[in-house]
Amino acid sequence: MQVPAYVDYERATSVEHALALLARYGPGARVLAGGHSLIPMMKLRLAQPETLIDINPLTELDYVRLDGGELRIGALTRHAGLLGSPLAGAAAPILHDAERVIADPVVRLWGTVGGSLCQADPSEDLSAAFAALKATMVIAGPGGERTVPARMFHTGPYETVVAPGELLTEIRVPVAPGGGSAYVKVGRRAGDWPVGAAGAAVRLDGNVITSAGIGLTAVGAEHFCAAEAEEALRGAPATEESFARAGRLAAEHCRPVTDQRGPADYKRHLAAELTVRALRRAADRARGPGRGA
Amino acid sequence: MSGAAGGPAGAAAERPLPAAGRKEDARFIRGRGRFLDDITLPGMLHGAILRSPLAHARIASVDTAAARAHPMVEAVITGDMLAERGLAWMPTLSADTQAVLATDKVRFQGQEVAFVVARDRYAARDALELISVEYEPLPPVTDARRALDPDAPVIRDDQPGRADNRVFDWSAGDLAATEAAFAAADVVVTQEMHYPRSHPAPLETCGAIADADPVTGRLTLWSTTQAPHAHRTLYAMITGLPEHKIRVISPDIGGGFGNKVPVYPGYLCAIAGSMLTRRPVKWTEDRSENLMSTTFARDYHMRGQIAADADGTILAVRASVLADHGAFNGAAQPSKYPAGFFHVLTGSYDLRAAYCQVTGVYTNKAPGGVAYSCSFRVTEAVYLIERLVDLLARELGADPAELRMRNLLRPEQFPYRSATGLRYDSGDYPRALRKAMQIAGYAELRAEQARRRERGELMGIGVSCFTEAVGAGPRKHMDILGLGIADGADLRVHPTGTATLSVSCQTQGQGHETTFAQIVAAELGLSPDDVDVVHGDTDRTPFGLGTYGSRSTAVSGAAAAVAARRVRERARLVAAAMLEVDPEDLEWADGAWRVRGDPEQARRIAEIAMAAHSGLELPDGVEGHLDASAVYDPPDLTFPFGAYICVTDVDPGTGEVRVRRFVAVDDCGVRINPAIVEGQIHRGLADGIGIALMQAIAFDADGNCLSGSFMDYLLPTSVECPSPELGMTVTPSPHHPLGAKGIGESATVGAPAAVVNSVMDALAPLGVRHADMPLTPAAVWRAIKGCPIRPGPIGG
Ligand SMILES: Cc1cc2nc3c(=O)[nH]c(=O)nc-3n(C[C@H](O)[C@H](O)[C@H](O)COP(=O)(O)OP(=O)(O)OC[C@H]3O[C@@H](n4cnc5c(N)ncnc54)[C@H](O)[C@@H]3O)c2cc1C
Repeated sequence: MQVPAYVDYERATSVEHALALLARYGPGARVLAGGHSLIPMMKLRLAQPETLIDINPLTELDYVRLDGGELRIGALTRHAGLLGSPLAGAAAPILHDAERVIADPVVRLWGTVGGSLCQADPSEDLSAAFAALKATMVIAGPGGERTVPARMFHTGPYETVVAPGELLTEIRVPVAPGGGSAYVKVGRRAGDWPVGAAGAAVRLDGNVITSAGIGLTAVGAEHFCAAEAEEALRGAPATEESFARAGRLAAEHCRPVTDQRGPADYKRHLAAELTVRALRRAADRARGPGRGA
Repeated sequence: MSGAAGGPAGAAAERPLPAAGRKEDARFIRGRGRFLDDITLPGMLHGAILRSPLAHARIASVDTAAARAHPMVEAVITGDMLAERGLAWMPTLSADTQAVLATDKVRFQGQEVAFVVARDRYAARDALELISVEYEPLPPVTDARRALDPDAPVIRDDQPGRADNRVFDWSAGDLAATEAAFAAADVVVTQEMHYPRSHPAPLETCGAIADADPVTGRLTLWSTTQAPHAHRTLYAMITGLPEHKIRVISPDIGGGFGNKVPVYPGYLCAIAGSMLTRRPVKWTEDRSENLMSTTFARDYHMRGQIAADADGTILAVRASVLADHGAFNGAAQPSKYPAGFFHVLTGSYDLRAAYCQVTGVYTNKAPGGVAYSCSFRVTEAVYLIERLVDLLARELGADPAELRMRNLLRPEQFPYRSATGLRYDSGDYPRALRKAMQIAGYAELRAEQARRRERGELMGIGVSCFTEAVGAGPRKHMDILGLGIADGADLRVHPTGTATLSVSCQTQGQGHETTFAQIVAAELGLSPDDVDVVHGDTDRTPFGLGTYGSRSTAVSGAAAAVAARRVRERARLVAAAMLEVDPEDLEWADGAWRVRGDPEQARRIAEIAMAAHSGLELPDGVEGHLDASAVYDPPDLTFPFGAYICVTDVDPGTGEVRVRRFVAVDDCGVRINPAIVEGQIHRGLADGIGIALMQAIAFDADGNCLSGSFMDYLLPTSVECPSPELGMTVTPSPHHPLGAKGIGESATVGAPAAVVNSVMDALAPLGVRHADMPLTPAAVWRAIKGCPIRPGPIGG
C-alpha cells in the first residue's frame, strides 16, 4: 500500500474561509479539490503538503451558467457536472468532446475542472480546450479578485500563476453566434492520458474564418495553443487546404518529447492530424444551425 | 454469444452445478473474501522495503542509525545483517541465486536494500527516508542485445569466475534435419520479432505476514502464494527451520497469473523481521513495487524462419532467441527446461523438422522470466509460428486461413510426436478452425474487407491456431528445484454423506472450490453443495506443487477424481456387505451402487458412509471409513488447442486500432464447469488484447523502469475488448481421468497472435509486413511510415 506522510487537514466552509486558512497556514498548505491528482502524488510522496485545505464544501463554486455572453464554470464543478451540463454542450461542444475522453467515470465524478487546470499537467485535456476557447480564469486572493487569460495561466509544467494563498474560482468562456468547436484526442486506451490531443474553436462568416482558437496538449505546445496556425486561419476560407496548412503550422511549432506513449515524430504528426480533424468538426458545427462557440 | 454455439458439451452435463452458481461468489460479491491485507494479528508490526533508485551500482555504505532512532521503529534489517545469518541470498526457482537484501551491489531499479519494521505502516514508510545509502553508480545493461558484448559490464560478479552475462544456452529439435528441409524449400520467410516484457499485474499485490513463535519454534506465514507447499519446502531450505514447524497459509488470492509463484525477498524479510522482533510482521507491497520488482513475463528477442514448398506445404521452422531474464534468473519452470516449452514452436502444424536455440542473458532489470499465463513460454512459441505462417501466406499470396487449414495436423495423426519431441495427446484442429471461420463468417468478412480497401479503409482479419502444452508431467521429466511436479488430493467422506476434499493446488479466483466439488460430486453421486474444498494451508492439505501452467484441473483435478474413485471402490465393498451380495454383483449407476439386474436394490454414498462408521461388520479392505487420497503424476502433458479470429479496424491517420470482433473456438477437452471455462477464456482474450495493443514494461537507457504504475502499464478495459464470440469443440484427453486438458492460459497464448495478425493484415495494402507489440497508435503509425519502433530502451 502506498502511504502518504503525515498531514494536517482543514475544512473550508466558504471562499473567504478558504483564503483565510491558506493565509494562516502559508506556503506549506495545499488546496484539496477532488484529490484525484493531489492524493496520488501524496501517496507517492511526490507532494508532501503540511496542511490540506479541503474546498469540497464550497458548493457555491460548483456551477455552469450563461452570464453576459459568457459561459461561466465554477472551479469546483466536477468533470461529470460539466459533461452533464446541456448549457456547456450547446455553448461549447469542445468541452463535452473533451470530458467524454478524460479519465474514467470514477475520476470524472469527483475530479474538478479547477483542480485539473491548477494541476497544470503538460498533458491536461482541459488546458487545451480552454486555450482553444480563449477562456479567462478568475483567481481570488487576499487582495480580491483578478482575471488572467487562459493562455497566460500556465507558467510551466505543473506551474500556474495561482500563488500560494490564492484560489481559482471560475473559468469564463466567451460565447457568440456563428461559432463551433471540437476536441479530438488519441490515447492508448480508454481513460488514458492523451498521447496527443487538439481542440479547435472557430467562428465563421459564410465560409470565411473570422477567428480561430487551437488548443494542443501533450505535444509540447507553448501555452497549450498553436498561435501561428490560428493567425494563418484568420480570414482564410474554411477549407481542407486551410486546415491542412494550420495543421502543418501547429506541428512545426510544438516541441514534443519521446516517451512511453510515443516518439516525438509521432506526436508532432498528431499535432497536425488532430488539428485538422478538430478544425473540420468545429467548422461543421459552426455551419450547423443554432450552435455556440 | 456463448459456448452454446459450440458442439457437444462432453461430460459436462453429467456434473451437476452447485445450486447457487460458483461456490466462492457469495463471499466475494458480499465483500467477505479474506485476503492477506484483511488479516490482522495481535501485536502485529509492519514492514517496508527500501529499494534501489539505480539500476546498477555498488553499495558503499548503508547508514540506518536515524531510522533506528525513530520512536515507532522496532528494527531495521540490512543485507549485512542477513548475511551474518546466511540469509542475504536465496535460491530462485531456476536454481540461480537472488539477493534478499543487497549486500555488494544493486542490480536493478527497485531492488530490495533494507527492511524497516515499525509499529504502523506509516512510520515504516517514514523511516525509509531516514536511511542513507551511498551508491557508486555502474553502467547498466538495459538492452539484452548488448548483454553479451565483450565490454558489457558483468552483472553477476557475485558468482565466482563469471566473466559474462550469459545465463544459459539451450536448444531442441534436429538441427541437421531442419537445415536439410530449409535447403530443399522453395520459399523461406524470415522475421525478427520481439515479444515485449509484460507483467501479470494481479489486482492484489504480493504480501506476507510472518509469525515466528519464539516459544513453540513454529513459523506461520500467511502469504500471497500460488504454491504453498513448494514455498514451505523452500523456506525450510533457506532458513534451516525444520519443515514440520513451518505452516504456509495462502488466504484468498486476488489474481496471480504466475506473479505469485516465486518466493520474493519481501516474504523472507517479513520472516526475518518476525524472528528479530518476536512479533508478527506484515509486509504488503504497493502497486509500483509489484510492477517494478516482481516477476515479469516474456521479453524474448526472436528470429524466426519458416520453410515451405511453392504449393504452400510447410516443411520446417526454426528460431533463435535471446531471452532477457533480468538481474537474477527467477524463472519458474521445470528445471530441465530453461526456456520452458518453447519447443512447442511447431504449433498446430504437420512439420518435417524444427529447431530452436535459446540464449538467456542477465540485464539490469527486475528478475523473473516466466509468468502471466504463458504456460511456460508457449505464448512466445505460438506467437512466433503464427506470425511466421501469416508472413508465409503473404509471401505465397495465399489466404492465411486456407494455408493453415492445409497444414494443420489431421485428427488421425494423434497421438502425434512433434519434430521437437513433444507428444500431442489428441486433437481435431481442422474442425476447430472451420468452426471459428463459420462463426466469424470468414468469406463475408473477406468480401467486406475488399470493399473497404477500395475505399482506402484499413480493416484486418487475423487468424491464429494454437496448441497449448499444460499439466507439466510426468515428474521424472519435470521438477522444480528437485521437487517432482505432481499434486495430491485427500478426500474425506463424513458419516452423514457430505465430503471434504483437500487439494495441493491454490485458487486465485478461478473457481477451484466449485470445479473440484463438481468433480467429486459427479464421481460419488453427491450434490456439489455437499462437497467443500480445502486449499491453501500446508497444515490442512496434502503436498503438491501448486497452481500455475493451467495445471490445476489437469493435475489436481485428476488427483481428486482418482481419490473419489478410490472412495467409490471402498464404498462398493461396504455396500456389498450392507446388501449381503458379492461386490462383483454391484454396478455403479445413477449415483449409487446397485445390484445387477435389480437396480432398486441400491445404496447411495450417504448410506454407505454412515454404515462404514457404524457397528456393521466391515468387509476385508475397509478399516472404518471411506476416506482416500491420491497423488497424481501426469503420464504426459495435455494439449488444449483452438482457433481464433480477430477483426480490427485501423485509423490510417492516427494508427489507432479498434478490435471490432473476437471469435474464439477453444478445445480444452471435457469442460467441467462451462461458465468457469468461458470466464477463463474471456479473461485470457482481454490479456491478449492488452499485450498486443498496450502493455509493456519499458526502461530508459539508465535502466529506470518507465512502467511503474497503472497510468503507464495499461490494463485493457471493456472499451477495448469486444464481447467475444465463443465456440467450442470437445476432444477429450485420452490419458486424463476426466478427459480434461486445462484452460487457464489458452486464450492468453492464442490471442496476441490473432490481434497482431489482424493489424498486419489491415496494413497489408500499405506494404507493412511486421511491427512489434505493443501496437500502440504510435507503433502502428511508425509501421505505416516504414520506420517501425525497435525494441530497446526508450528515449536517451
Ligand atoms: C486515473 C486517472 C486518469 C486521468 N486521466 C486524465 C485524462 O485523460 N486527461 C486529463 O486531462 N486528466 C486526466 N486525469 C487527471 C484528472 O483530470 C485530475 O486528476 C483531476 O480532475 C484534478 O482535479 P481534482 O479536483 O481532483 O484536483 P486535486 O487533485 O484536488 O488538485 C490538483 C492540484 O490543483 C490544486 N487545486 C485544486 N483546486 C484548486 C483551486 N480551485 N484553486 C487553486 N488550486 C487548486 C491542488 O492544490 C493541487 O495542487 C486523470 C486522473 C486519474 C486519477
